[in-house]
Amino acid sequence: MVGNFKLNKSIIGINLLICYREAIFEKRYLNNYLNGENNMKKLLSIFAVLAFAFSAHAGTLDDVKNRGFLKCGVTTGLAGFAAPDDSGEWAGLDADMCRAVAVAVFGDRSKVEFITTTGKSRFPTLASGEVDMLARNTTWTISRDVNLGFEFVGVNFYDGQGFMVPSALGVSSATELDGATVCIQTGTTTELNLADFFRLNGISYEALPIETNDEGKENLFAGRCDVYTTDASGLSSTRAAASNPDKWVVLPEIISKEPLGPLVRHGDHQWGDVVRWSLNAMIIAEELGITSENVDAQMSSNVPEVLRLLGVEGNYGEMLELSNDWAYQIIKQIGNYSESYEANVGPDTPLEIARGLNALWTQGGILYAPPFR
Amino acid sequence: MRSNLGFFSDEKFRSIFFQTLVVGLFALGLFFVISTTSYNLEKRNIATGWSFLQNPAGFDISFSPFLEFKSTDTHLKVYFVGVLNTLLVSITGCIAATILGFILGIVRLSSNWLLSRLVYIYVEFSRNVPLLLQIILWYSILIQLPRVKQSLQVLDVFYISNRGLYSPRPIFESGFSYVLIAIVLALISSFLINRWAKKRQDKTGQQFPVFSSSIGLIFIVPLILFFILGSPLSFEHPELKGFNFKGGLVIRPEFIAMFLALSIYTAAFISEIVRAGIMSVSKGQREASAAIGLKQTWIMRLIIIPQALRVIVPPLTSQYLNLTKNSSLGIAVGYADLVHGFGGISLNQTGQAIECMAIVMATYLSISLTISFFMNIYNRSIQFKEK
Repeated sequence: MVGNFKLNKSIIGINLLICYREAIFEKRYLNNYLNGENNMKKLLSIFAVLAFAFSAHAGTLDDVKNRGFLKCGVTTGLAGFAAPDDSGEWAGLDADMCRAVAVAVFGDRSKVEFITTTGKSRFPTLASGEVDMLARNTTWTISRDVNLGFEFVGVNFYDGQGFMVPSALGVSSATELDGATVCIQTGTTTELNLADFFRLNGISYEALPIETNDEGKENLFAGRCDVYTTDASGLSSTRAAASNPDKWVVLPEIISKEPLGPLVRHGDHQWGDVVRWSLNAMIIAEELGITSENVDAQMSSNVPEVLRLLGVEGNYGEMLELSNDWAYQIIKQIGNYSESYEANVGPDTPLEIARGLNALWTQGGILYAPPFR
Repeated sequence: MRSNLGFFSDEKFRSIFFQTLVVGLFALGLFFVISTTSYNLEKRNIATGWSFLQNPAGFDISFSPFLEFKSTDTHLKVYFVGVLNTLLVSITGCIAATILGFILGIVRLSSNWLLSRLVYIYVEFSRNVPLLLQIILWYSILIQLPRVKQSLQVLDVFYISNRGLYSPRPIFESGFSYVLIAIVLALISSFLINRWAKKRQDKTGQQFPVFSSSIGLIFIVPLILFFILGSPLSFEHPELKGFNFKGGLVIRPEFIAMFLALSIYTAAFISEIVRAGIMSVSKGQREASAAIGLKQTWIMRLIIIPQALRVIVPPLTSQYLNLTKNSSLGIAVGYADLVHGFGGISLNQTGQAIECMAIVMATYLSISLTISFFMNIYNRSIQFKEK
């Protein structure tokens, strides 16, 4: 919590610095510096040029390349999506998304710095340029896409909001929750869905606002709240982390659509394309049956789309200002979507989430990537 | 000499010149911050403006003791709920911290070694451990209380659990307003009696039992009236129904944690201020008053405290300001104050960070200036008046 406070403040500071730098340089004072009109203006323009030297304004892709690593905003810890594993390495579906982008840019899965964000700090963190992208199980909504000035580049997990209660309560449906105390992460779409759901069903509840998933866990396990509500995947993750998972049940109601996906700042289309196609490359690889195991053998495939994806044919890498084997490297180092899913959230993991909606469109799900051509 | 340096050797000119320069630079800086911020907001397509205040909030606030809040209410109402909750914890916290601080400050000066050492340990502990940790400590203790179904029952009517303290809610029936009127009248008349008694004592030296007569007026008269009117007051008792207690009054653990942490933390500072104030009164004052035969309690009340207050009040004001500003840490335990509700949830749901933060900052500024204003008036009233 404390860390987040500080993060927010530093973001504001950086934001102002960026504002200052851009506007001064772009709009007003460079000419005055060159002409040397008067001292006051000269002083200011020296400042502007110093600020310019401090960090040249260019596209995010160039910034990332110059810096030498990617800054990726993730959750403060949600098993299966982004959480440090036993060896302290970040692991999860969202962590893989970050790594895939790092691989696309640098060809190296370790060239990424994970920056933790709460539900609340994530948007200012991205808007200020503190991170290059967010892969933080964030729901794609119109207000975030339009009003907040972000761009969702795709969906890496189709989710929906559910409820989890102690099995001892004997509740079998969310409509029986009249009067319950509900733990809810603030600043999320789930907070709004929750109010809608209870209003629609004409039942009362008491909201206990919390900041992070860990806090929610703590309050739920201590009995401060009866119910925890968040995306169904998050519930599975929380349940898996309980000392005795059988003591908790996830109720059948799914009360919302939560398409979770990576997002970038609005207006930098080149960078948006890099992130979008890093995700799509993983999905297309699954469609085409390319895995980290067989990717080398697939280089000599006779399927044209495979050859295009792996960079054997065409110059799609160049178009994205990446190396031509960027997709090959993603598949080689991270794997295709299915591999990432099965390793992090699939039925064989403690989360035990079946593919469901997240299966390919050819297999009964809605996962669908545009053609690679 | 003068002709070489021109105007610059003129002290008056120089001081005006530098003052103008500083003000000018500040205004310029402000101008850049504002213009570049709006430029960048525009460039990033971030909507600005105040219209979001009228939009429905869409979320619920469960702790709103003064206003009924529904998810269909506006963000503006979220703001008012937040302000009231901030004021609630600040005002109760200031009162408790003052009482506790005064008691501890006096005890600290006691000749009883054990008592004064205990207060010393308390003061050093609570003012040297970060407040945020204390808030979280209190909260983690409170949520370890029994679960709601195993609530502790105290005196048959109070229930304590980790959902808070439930107590009966008083319901005022018709006729109770007469009792309230009686109390108000009693308060006014005790105030008048006090003034009259003081005047008389100044003139004649005769004393009047102001304290006991005021007690009689304020408590006993309304109580008699209350029974004459047939006890027009009943209680709604909390009952365990389904998931939670229904009915009754409830004090949430989030509030209790904030209240305890803020008042205990600030009381430690206040007790040091009180101690310093009392010690600043010269020993001769005490000895002189003892010499003219005043009682110990009178010496404290009439001689020491009035003089100590002149030293105590200015730093006390700044402790009140600190406590009010520290209440913004309520976000750590989910206390629905101004920063948590409006500066947090509304900000995040609407994305209007600059507007929300500006409002929150302006609000804290106004609250602080109001406290300072009243404390300054009080401070002036207790200063030594030269005749």
